[in-house]
Amino acid sequence: MPFLIQAMVYLGAAVISVPIAKRLGLGSVLGYLIAGVVIGPFALSLVGEQGDIMKFAEFGVVILLFLIGLEVQPSTLWDMRKAIFGFGGAQVVGTSLAIAAASMLLGLPWQTALAVGMVLAMSSTAIVLQTLDEKGLRQGPVGRAAFGILLLQDLAVIPMFALLPTLATIAPTVHEAAGGHGASLVAHLPRWAQGLSVLAAVGVVVGGGRYLVRPIFRFIAEARLREIFTAAALLIVVGVANIMQTVGLSPALGAFLAGVVLAESEFRRELESDIEPFRGLLLGLFFITVGAGIDLRLVASQPLVLIGLVLGLMVLKFLVLFGLARLFGAPARGAAAVAAALAQGGEFAFVLLTFTVGAGVIGATLAALLTAAVAVSMALTPVAMILYERIAQMLDAAIPKVVPDTGAFDDSEPDIIIAGFGRFGQITGRLLTANGFRSTVLDSDIEQIDLLRRFGRRVHYGDATRMDLLRAAGIERARMLIVALDDREKTVELVETARKAFPDLVILARAWDRRHAYDLLANGADAVERETFEAALALGTTALQKLGYRAHRAHRAGAIFRRHDRKSFEDLRPVWGQEEAYILASRDAAQTMDKLLNADLARLRPGDAAGAWDTATLDEELKERAEREAAKRENAK
Amino acid sequence: MTDQANPEETTTSIAAPATSGVLLTLAHPALERSRANRALAKAAKGLEGVTFHDLYETYPDFAIDIEAEQEKLLAHDVIAVQFPLYWYATPALLKEWFDLVWLHGFAYGLDGNALAGKRLFAACTTGGAAKAYHAHGYNRFSMDEFLRPLEQTAYLCGMVWETPFVVHGAAIKDDEELKAEALRYRARVASLMTAPADAELGA
Repeated sequence: MPFLIQAMVYLGAAVISVPIAKRLGLGSVLGYLIAGVVIGPFALSLVGEQGDIMKFAEFGVVILLFLIGLEVQPSTLWDMRKAIFGFGGAQVVGTSLAIAAASMLLGLPWQTALAVGMVLAMSSTAIVLQTLDEKGLRQGPVGRAAFGILLLQDLAVIPMFALLPTLATIAPTVHEAAGGHGASLVAHLPRWAQGLSVLAAVGVVVGGGRYLVRPIFRFIAEARLREIFTAAALLIVVGVANIMQTVGLSPALGAFLAGVVLAESEFRRELESDIEPFRGLLLGLFFITVGAGIDLRLVASQPLVLIGLVLGLMVLKFLVLFGLARLFGAPARGAAAVAAALAQGGEFAFVLLTFTVGAGVIGATLAALLTAAVAVSMALTPVAMILYERIAQMLDAAIPKVVPDTGAFDDSEPDIIIAGFGRFGQITGRLLTANGFRSTVLDSDIEQIDLLRRFGRRVHYGDATRMDLLRAAGIERARMLIVALDDREKTVELVETARKAFPDLVILARAWDRRHAYDLLANGADAVERETFEAALALGTTALQKLGYRAHRAHRAGAIFRRHDRKSFEDLRPVWGQEEAYILASRDAAQTMDKLLNADLARLRPGDAAGAWDTATLDEELKERAEREAAKRENAK
Repeated sequence: MTDQANPEETTTSIAAPATSGVLLTLAHPALERSRANRALAKAAKGLEGVTFHDLYETYPDFAIDIEAEQEKLLAHDVIAVQFPLYWYATPALLKEWFDLVWLHGFAYGLDGNALAGKRLFAACTTGGAAKAYHAHGYNRFSMDEFLRPLEQTAYLCGMVWETPFVVHGAAIKDDEELKAEALRYRARVASLMTAPADAELGA
């Protein structure tokens, strides 16, 4: 089929089905999958063999992992070690054994059963992360736990490739050590040399990312050719994927590693924004190919077996994940979310199945059945998430008194949520943290977030006006929301929605000017602070000092000014909104205020009206008395 | 300093605007840490006719609003100050309050008789035990002596100096003892409102 027509079919299918699926609340992943089924060889048959396109589309997963790596600092990775190795390792081992046991009960020999267990223990990185992203759960504790598991699964693939051939019960059909997983050039080498080559490859990625990429990118950036920059970014990802494949590692894992290395470079944001569109499109294509790969004839011929397999797989994976998550201290709600998200089979299953068939571990018929089951289970993931949400909502409605679990894995709940952590929010936040209050920060500036993470803060990336993000951050149990966004309209919007959703929450907000401040108060803020007021006042006070005032006199002048300004702010508040009345009143008030202010400040000027520490009148009185007494003594003489 | 206010002027100025009640001015920079002062304040501030005024809460930055404070003084018959004794004197903000608000020409001096005829009452907590405030104790002077500056302030302003209320050893008292002191304090503050103002001014 001509390339352009094929491209049109794929794009057309995506453009039609994804918006519809989203409108129906099914999420984009399900939309792509359905589109794939529809255009696939078993339905409309608009596209043919998926093999090549599948390989191309799998590159979407590689890019996804690279982008995720860019968001993850090495220190964050270290913080997640418990989630990755503890929870993740337990999941792979636990799920493999559980599925193997179930397979043995169904009559498979133990070797095949174990292989099936390992293959099906994998979950789908692409589907899980995309689904969690759409639900706004990716940045929260649920997302972190899921991510840890997925990362470990990527790692676990390496020993699996080594282990699977030893389980062969059938004569291998293809003699290829790393089969479908890509042609490993080092497979024929002795084991120690393989290990060395893996280390060398990792060294190349880390060292190159550290020392080579920067000068190269600087050179390219100076050329001011945007498309070349994009090309270079893609080149890095493709290159790393190739290196990794050469030594038999997962390309996705390599891309993730490269991302982590580059997370600290100043080009990270450009890299991100340049590669982002490829990720979306390629992942979409990947989902479509998965949908198209579902063998509808097999499904139709053995519907009950398939339904049983899919349900058995998902229920078993859910139960193992749920149990382990609870064991690792997650609240029931969060554990259920993680378990529901990861209960499907993954794209690695396709790769591993091809490999096991080649190695003679699993028979071709069984492999085809499992491939279909995995694909269907992937398609059902969005459905499982919707089911999870419905049940969670029902439980919430049934027991309204109980504070719902937000799925937080952190044992400490924040006292304060700070939305916006730029020049303003940081100062406020530091003061509160220094006083021992726990805060969670929401900011949409990734660089800012990195900086903060380095200081060990809990930062969530994202638009704070999104309710789901606020919930993920733990707003339901926080005592206070501090809105310090650098955007006038968004500040009002957030104050308004937060006030409606949480009537008892204390809301403090950063205001631009007086009008904005009134606006915020009217929309439910408990207190506001005009962002420049205190700083301007402080500078004015310093100016007075430089003009010759003694420090305390300048300080008092500032304090008096502040008091008058705050009073006039309160006085004018009732007429705010009535434009004409406000202007009249403020003109009036300005005059009165100025008069009062001048009178108050006059007290600070020596020789003026009686005032603080001003002894002029007293001195005069004392002088008169002294004169009177002197006159008396004179008379007495 | 001048000695006393002119008695004639003082007596004629009592026909001031209608006033009533006690202005209970509390000065404690760390009230959250003071069991005694919290217990006392809590017991007295609920009384009818008592205006509770927490100085450190109102002026955390020491920027005292002189006009507003003078109005408060004018509006009450009894000016009560409650504080912990720090270095044998009042906490800094209470001293600042006297310095800034009780001005020449307002509180004292030839034209300063705004407070004449009112009563000044001090309630004070100390860390040391009662016997320390004695010629033979380690503080060497009595509480009466340490409170002389306030007593003299009352005298200069033509006010009546009420017998101070003192709680000694505030930090070592248990809850029961503090409760008893608080009740005693409440009764004392209540009595300030009912007892007729002593007409005898320092003539």
